[in-house]
Amino acid sequence: MTTAARPRRVALPDPFRGMDRKRREKVILIGVILLAIVYPIVFRSLESAFPFIPWPGTSVLIICATFAILALGLNIVMGFAGLLDLGYVAFYAIGAYTTAFLASPHFGIHISWWVVVVIAVGAAALFGILLGAPTLKLRGDYLAIVTLGFGEIVRIVFRNLGDVTLALPAFLGGAVLIGPNANLTGGNVGINPIDPPTIPIPGPWGNAIVFSNQNPIASFYLVAVLLGITFLVCVRLRDSKLGRAWMAIREDETAAAAMGINTVTTKLLAFSLGASFSGFAGAFTGAYQTAIFAESFNFAVSILVVVIIILGGIGSLRGVVIGAFAVQYVNQTLLRYLGDQVLNDPIQALGASTGIALLRDFNLVNYNYLIFGIILAVMMIRRPEGLFPVETARAEMHGIGVAAEVTAGSSDELALAEEVTVVEGIEEPVAEETVAEETPPADRPGDVR
Amino acid sequence: MTAAAQPADGDLLVATSCTKRFGGLVAVSDIDFSIPRGSIVSLIGPNGAGKTTFFNMITGLYIPTEGRIMFDGAELTGRKPHEVVRLGVARTFQNIRLFGNMSAEDNVLVGLHHRLKGRWFEAILRPPSIIREEAEALAKARELLDLTGLKGRYTTLARNLPYGDQRRLEIARALPTQPKLLLLDEPTAGMNPEETRRLTDFVRRLRDELGLTILLIEHDMKVVMGISDRVTVLDHGEKIAEGSPAEVRADNQVIEAYLGRGAAGGG
Repeated sequence: MTTAARPRRVALPDPFRGMDRKRREKVILIGVILLAIVYPIVFRSLESAFPFIPWPGTSVLIICATFAILALGLNIVMGFAGLLDLGYVAFYAIGAYTTAFLASPHFGIHISWWVVVVIAVGAAALFGILLGAPTLKLRGDYLAIVTLGFGEIVRIVFRNLGDVTLALPAFLGGAVLIGPNANLTGGNVGINPIDPPTIPIPGPWGNAIVFSNQNPIASFYLVAVLLGITFLVCVRLRDSKLGRAWMAIREDETAAAAMGINTVTTKLLAFSLGASFSGFAGAFTGAYQTAIFAESFNFAVSILVVVIIILGGIGSLRGVVIGAFAVQYVNQTLLRYLGDQVLNDPIQALGASTGIALLRDFNLVNYNYLIFGIILAVMMIRRPEGLFPVETARAEMHGIGVAAEVTAGSSDELALAEEVTVVEGIEEPVAEETVAEETPPADRPGDVR
Repeated sequence: MTAAAQPADGDLLVATSCTKRFGGLVAVSDIDFSIPRGSIVSLIGPNGAGKTTFFNMITGLYIPTEGRIMFDGAELTGRKPHEVVRLGVARTFQNIRLFGNMSAEDNVLVGLHHRLKGRWFEAILRPPSIIREEAEALAKARELLDLTGLKGRYTTLARNLPYGDQRRLEIARALPTQPKLLLLDEPTAGMNPEETRRLTDFVRRLRDELGLTILLIEHDMKVVMGISDRVTVLDHGEKIAEGSPAEVRADNQVIEAYLGRGAAGGG
């Protein structure tokens, strides 16, 4: 592994050798479910048995799963439909605030979370359409700027509506419609406490199971189920007529329209369905934390979700879920561990002896965005398609058709096929076509196979 | 074969005094044009003559500045591209515009898009009717790939296909929209003589076996002369000749447009 002669991508032994695709995916799925059930229970024992390993806590896994839901939603907009959205946090905020309005003492409304979550998803979807409708004609950079603005506006509106006075002008009588100084959103303080989801089953835990941050294990199971639902919905959307229409628009909007796809409604559906997952995650987060405040729905959240889907493999469902767990694990657990256990003390000591304030106050956790930036830059150069890209997933999934090309045999050849993909991703497709054109027909690899 | 394809029941498409201006540039100028049902009509002319602009007006990518286009009794002028497709006009593109990162069968399935009834919530709930519809659609897509000579290429990504196969896939993708009129924009561009011959035969079969009417933009004169029932020549946005391949070949103005003034005078 250390010698340069070995291929860059090291082939791991395949534990599923000989299994067909369906069987293998079933085994992996059951494994993941079992792990999700068992881990929160044994986490404490693992931590005390192997304290030198930075185990992620249950509450960290809840954050991971929440961001996996967010990433799956954004993946519909960016990965499937190819619409760059930098204001995705807005729908997260809308979902969370809808929950807060309808299940807290703030307005004195206490609707069950199980109903509220449906309303929150609907509200986010509605705002997805409101954002989508005026921006339909925009693409790329322009769309990114408008969505970025939308994300900031939503956050600032939620912050500023903590103190509203809306009155008719004096010549119309000056009647006060809202206020004076009405507190609609809690302003900077936010809304607190929000009713957590509950299931009225009495047991050793009391009269009902409460899914709040006081009860992380139960909450983790809830968010895991929500993630499972989201994942299933995304799989089905991807493999449907609508999923194909999204991808067709991503690949070539004009050609998609020429195939009879209504690009307007299809893009609006991407915005609203993508937004609804964000609302879903927001409804959970608000109720689980039992408190929300506007500043937590900042631009950095949008960026983090974008980073997750690019690292994981844009368009790849499995990729973005793994990406969410990886990024938030690093963000919440690994950096803290590395900082506290390894880096902080010596660097702070160095800062104290040299008098450099920057080093004296060093804490690795504060450098998380710098680190993600570096990882992202390296990824863009070395592996721009992400860690678990769609194409390799496809090559595996469609074992039958691709078998002739990728040769289902040794994993070394698979690794080679991946290498080729990387190169093709960077090269201009035009160049490829020209080559194909000039090659005499008999020599074409396609004909030989 | 050609005799059987003579127009029996009128024109499928009629364009009346169509003009398209881009600012000061007149790309297409006052063109009257019709396509008889069941015929193969070619549109030829030097580069920049306005052929593709004319295509784009028919398919709704451009709205004509003046004039109107009627198709099978329906007004096409000003319709959105997806509406034009639903009325029965399908097209391919001059520079191949496949969905590169989708498999061949998915490309064809996109062509089937508006024939499928499933709505977005049905995609999520996936009732038996949708499972059946999807299975039928996939079978249909593979059938079309077989028909166009792409058997065994079902799951290959479109961008990984050889050039000739990409051209064929573009046609395979246009067919499931069940068009009455198929517009082919330089279908043999970049093909070798053998591929060109196969494609020409295929286009003829589309007309004879599927009953399609075909409008062709083509630079390869061998193809144009061999396959067309009628040829229309554009130059600088204007129609300069129209008629059977033999008539057009003998037309002085056409020779002039292609070879320059001296050539016409000398010939």
